Amino acid sequence: MKASKAYSIPFIIWIFAGTLVPLASIAFYGFTNRDGDFTLENILAMFRSDHMQALGLSLLLALISTAICLVIAFPMAMVLRESKYGKQGFLIFVIILPMWMNFLLRTMAWQVLLERQGVINAVISAIGLPRQEMMNTPGAIVLGMVYDFLPFMILPIYNTVSKIDDHLIEAAYDLGAGRSKVYTKIILPLSVPGIVSGITMVFIPALTTFVISNMLGGGKINLIGNIIEQEFTVNSNWYLGSGLSLVMMLFIIASMLILQRFDKTGGASLI
Amino acid sequence: MAELIRLEGIVKSFDDNIVLNGIDLSVDENEFVTLLGPSGCGKTTTLRIIGGFETPDQGRVYFNGVDITDMPANKRPINTVFQNYALFPHMDVGENIAFSLRVKGEDEKTIKKKVADALELVNLKGFEKRRIDQLSGGQQQRIAMARAIVNEPKVLLLDEPLGALDLKLRQEMEYELVRLKKELGITFIYITHDQEEALTMSDKVVVMNEGYIQQEGTPQEIYDEPVNAFVADFIGDSNILSGVMSDEKVVRIDGIDYPCIDGTEEGFPPRRKVDVVIRPEDIDIVPYGKGLWNGTITSKLFIGVHYEMLVQSETGKIEWLLQNYDQHEVGEKIGMYVDPENIQIMHKPKSEAEAAIEIDL
Repeated sequence: MKASKAYSIPFIIWIFAGTLVPLASIAFYGFTNRDGDFTLENILAMFRSDHMQALGLSLLLALISTAICLVIAFPMAMVLRESKYGKQGFLIFVIILPMWMNFLLRTMAWQVLLERQGVINAVISAIGLPRQEMMNTPGAIVLGMVYDFLPFMILPIYNTVSKIDDHLIEAAYDLGAGRSKVYTKIILPLSVPGIVSGITMVFIPALTTFVISNMLGGGKINLIGNIIEQEFTVNSNWYLGSGLSLVMMLFIIASMLILQRFDKTGGASLI
Repeated sequence: MAELIRLEGIVKSFDDNIVLNGIDLSVDENEFVTLLGPSGCGKTTTLRIIGGFETPDQGRVYFNGVDITDMPANKRPINTVFQNYALFPHMDVGENIAFSLRVKGEDEKTIKKKVADALELVNLKGFEKRRIDQLSGGQQQRIAMARAIVNEPKVLLLDEPLGALDLKLRQEMEYELVRLKKELGITFIYITHDQEEALTMSDKVVVMNEGYIQQEGTPQEIYDEPVNAFVADFIGDSNILSGVMSDEKVVRIDGIDYPCIDGTEEGFPPRRKVDVVIRPEDIDIVPYGKGLWNGTITSKLFIGVHYEMLVQSETGKIEWLLQNYDQHEVGEKIGMYVDPENIQIMHKPKSEAEAAIEIDL
């Protein structure tokens, strides 16, 4: 074996111990019952109405959050592209800054802000409006998702748009295109690889999260992530939890395959 | 010919760096004008101002007599061939060329025909479905041309379009460009730092340096009568020497008097310090002692058609550059002669000239 190949050994061990073994055991639990016999029961359990409802809500909230992230991130990425070098560095710093803080703490901070006696309601009541019930709503969960995952949308899109050659944009203007045509015909199509990886990096964690829904949903709103988590922790039913996880994996693979079709260049292919 | 584009007193600076220092330029309809100069001379900025990609700090741009200084690029009847071609990588060749037609909203049938015609014009018939990354540099260059001309602009701006091509392809494309220009009957404004390109193709050459136009004229005028040492040096090889008018129509260089055809009437009275340009091919080799001055050949290079020689003059420190079809050996003592009309007398650059008007001979 060449020395250069030997450098990959630590990573191979890591992948083996950290990904392949757990994946194999999830597959094993997913297709067996408590007696160790093969069964499809755990997989088909996804079709139970409570699970379908949770899955549907998860998909909906993840889609909404991803869409909101995209709508915020794309203009921001364009602003970054057009700002001068020094300012650009500062803006990226600001975007990454929240990541310096622990994810749980950041989500917890939203509890303090949103709660009935919280900061936002204090402001609302101070100007004479009735206090709003904001905690434990789907809206609070979407807010948490957008807040936590937004940088993962901005950075890949920025990365792509910053590499678009200025001359291409000038050429489009030169050939008679107005501002909107330049965006729809040149900038947007050329940003697709970044948009695809941004969507992937927001949609997948949003689809499977249980922490955000736990903390901002107050346990009252069950996403599919919460159900799987509860099977593992509260109900100690690793078999059902694994089965549902396998179905979620199918959803993730399917969504990535769909996204890939949009990215003709293959720049963001993840599978 | 009617004037199509006029630049008046264009000044442009980026941050504290003045790039254009009051450019006045007139381009006629159907003219092939080349802006020539070293990098950083302001030629690209001038082109970008005409194309509408930069706004001048001062001065106006006129098109057909109409002030277009503040008109955005997409409204100008001017198209550009960019230096790196700037072809849209996510579109195929046909879509690239059709871009301006689709923006204008022409119907697909017309578009198809115009694209095919444009491809035929650049000798790439049937390339519609090719992907941009499948094309060679020369083909990309032609597609960029086709895309820029398909919308029938009045003016085509070309920003060093041949810069990335190898020598042979470049020479081929020079003929192509001249042919295209004839077939289209439109105005070309061409940018290059390559003097050969400029001289071969242009009707008018505009030599620029440090944000000023140094000289404009036909290629012949620029080559034969450079107005200053910069132009002479930039256009072709030359002997650029310091001299002084020793008499009416006589210039003294390195202690030797040379008859020339410029005198007081042309602004070069006796005792004025001047720059002198003598092209290497204008110096004749004659037997030793029979010419105006003598020297010894110190080196010889065969460069294709002719020999290039360095000759150390007998009287002083000047090393002359000569080009000659005959072979002479290194070490040979020769005489040299130059026709009076081949001696170009030029004014010293301004600052030096003021200090040196009166000289005692």
